[in-house]
Amino acid sequence: MNILAIDSSNLVMGVAVSTETKVLGEIITNVKKNHSIRLMPAIEQIIRDVDLTLDQIDRIAVAIGPGSYTGVRIGVTIAKTLAWTANKEIVGISSLEALAQNGMHFNGLIVPFFDARRGQVYTGLYQSKDGKVECVQEDRLTMMKDWLGQLKECQESVLFLSNDLDKHVAIIHEILPNSVIGEAVYNNPRPSEIAKLAFTREPSKDVHHVVPSYLRLAEAESKWLEKQVNKE
Amino acid sequence: MNFEKPNIILGIETSCDETAAAVVENGTIIRSSVVATQIEIHKRFGGVVPEVASRHHVEQFTVVCEQAIKEANVEWEDIDAIAVTQGPGLIGALLVGVNGAKALAFAHQKPLVPVHHIAGHIYANRLVNEMKFPLLALIVSGGHTELIYMRSHASYEVIGETRDDAAGEAFDKVARTLDLPYPGGPGIDRLASIGKPNIDFPRAWLEPDSYDFSFSGLKSAVINMVHNAKQKGETISKENIAASFQESVMDVLVAKTMKAAKEYHVEQIIVAGGVSANQGLRQRMEAACHDAGIPLSIPPLKLCTDNAAMIAAAGSIGYLKGDRADLALNGNPSLEIEKFSV
Ligand SMILES: [Zn+2]
Repeated sequence: MNILAIDSSNLVMGVAVSTETKVLGEIITNVKKNHSIRLMPAIEQIIRDVDLTLDQIDRIAVAIGPGSYTGVRIGVTIAKTLAWTANKEIVGISSLEALAQNGMHFNGLIVPFFDARRGQVYTGLYQSKDGKVECVQEDRLTMMKDWLGQLKECQESVLFLSNDLDKHVAIIHEILPNSVIGEAVYNNPRPSEIAKLAFTREPSKDVHHVVPSYLRLAEAESKWLEKQVNKE
Repeated sequence: MNFEKPNIILGIETSCDETAAAVVENGTIIRSSVVATQIEIHKRFGGVVPEVASRHHVEQFTVVCEQAIKEANVEWEDIDAIAVTQGPGLIGALLVGVNGAKALAFAHQKPLVPVHHIAGHIYANRLVNEMKFPLLALIVSGGHTELIYMRSHASYEVIGETRDDAAGEAFDKVARTLDLPYPGGPGIDRLASIGKPNIDFPRAWLEPDSYDFSFSGLKSAVINMVHNAKQKGETISKENIAASFQESVMDVLVAKTMKAAKEYHVEQIIVAGGVSANQGLRQRMEAACHDAGIPLSIPPLKLCTDNAAMIAAAGSIGYLKGDRADLALNGNPSLEIEKFSV
């Protein structure tokens, strides 16, 4: 089975083509450039570079977030459209779960996160077990400070993986002084990991129903809901 | 340039709050036109919320495309090109359509034709009446108020545009002041039809030779008047305010359009965009064009509001003219129509 993996959910943009046993090719960039301009050409290039055609792709794996709203939408729209129109299976993968895979060989808790501004992060809790990184506490949007307090209770060593470490490293050291900070090479989510995860998942029954996982309402929606509550 | 070559275009539109796909033959025959509107969703916010709109586009995009292909009863090999709104519009919303269209173009190895949203509104007319050149198009919607002169197909010269609010925007804001629901156009139109235009609101004519528009002064005048009346506890006739406001807008729109039509000796006047659904505007334009002896074309309501058939119709011309985009195409919220001119 050939899987095409797509991730434009955060600053890192990645595309990969894998079989069950081999990563045939992977393109990753970690620069502030426009995903809308670059993602589709990257998909075309990776498929061509590994000497395949779209016909030979069986399944499409896509990072569904959390992350940049616009970034997530670009990846999900392209993945859904390709899957629908070219009759491919599709699997959505959490962007945090994808990043957590980089902690596979860490003996302890794995905490991937993306900065969500004003002290908040998108994050989740993962752990490596029997050669698999499993989710222990589901993905969420939370204040980093509260999250660290919670992690402290676990009394286990914690590995933090993120390209946004610089924004949060001070508070991490303050609350969890013994935690491990991921080296640069481990902080880019890798599309080949997304492909790997997608091999083991059931594809979505209906491609139309694949939606981004924003983990946060649009601002106007939460304000509107707040108003309704206040009215009561 | 040969604009007679047969073609079938899949059009895609996601620039604001409608997710739409359509199949159009030869730029004139609608094979299918599917629109998933979000009006009900945005009503509670009192206007279109860009992030909410973008989220709904992602949910609806493939559904709408599937339905358009199915209803048109075409196979992918029958389709000559994919036309997509590149701009102007809400950037987050545009990006869904643009990236979806690129994926389709890549998957089926079809030419990708970028389309200007306003060109789409103009070419909506071609789905009803063949265009006669030279023509003058008045585009009035929530985002636009423009006068565009066309010498021939795909020749766009903006001779006038709004310097502040779009006409539709003024309608929405005045409607809100009168406690009418969003979108404001239909509510004002309805009240205006039973009210009397007995209040003298300002009309911004600007410089004598200018075809530009300005509606912010008028909008403020209406809002101030309603506000002052409320403060003094006076009852005001919403009907008369609506009628007077509408008359003020129409006076300027109609007068400037007719003046330009005569100066440019046009063979046809086209009115398009969401506000062209307004009965007041339709009646006034019909009367003025009748008096001037210039044929008028206004597409039916469902082609006035945003749809993808109009994008496919404009895309047909763009396709034959040779407009092409590659897979690096990006949405452009402030795209200029002159870029698409021959
Ligand atoms: Zn429009």
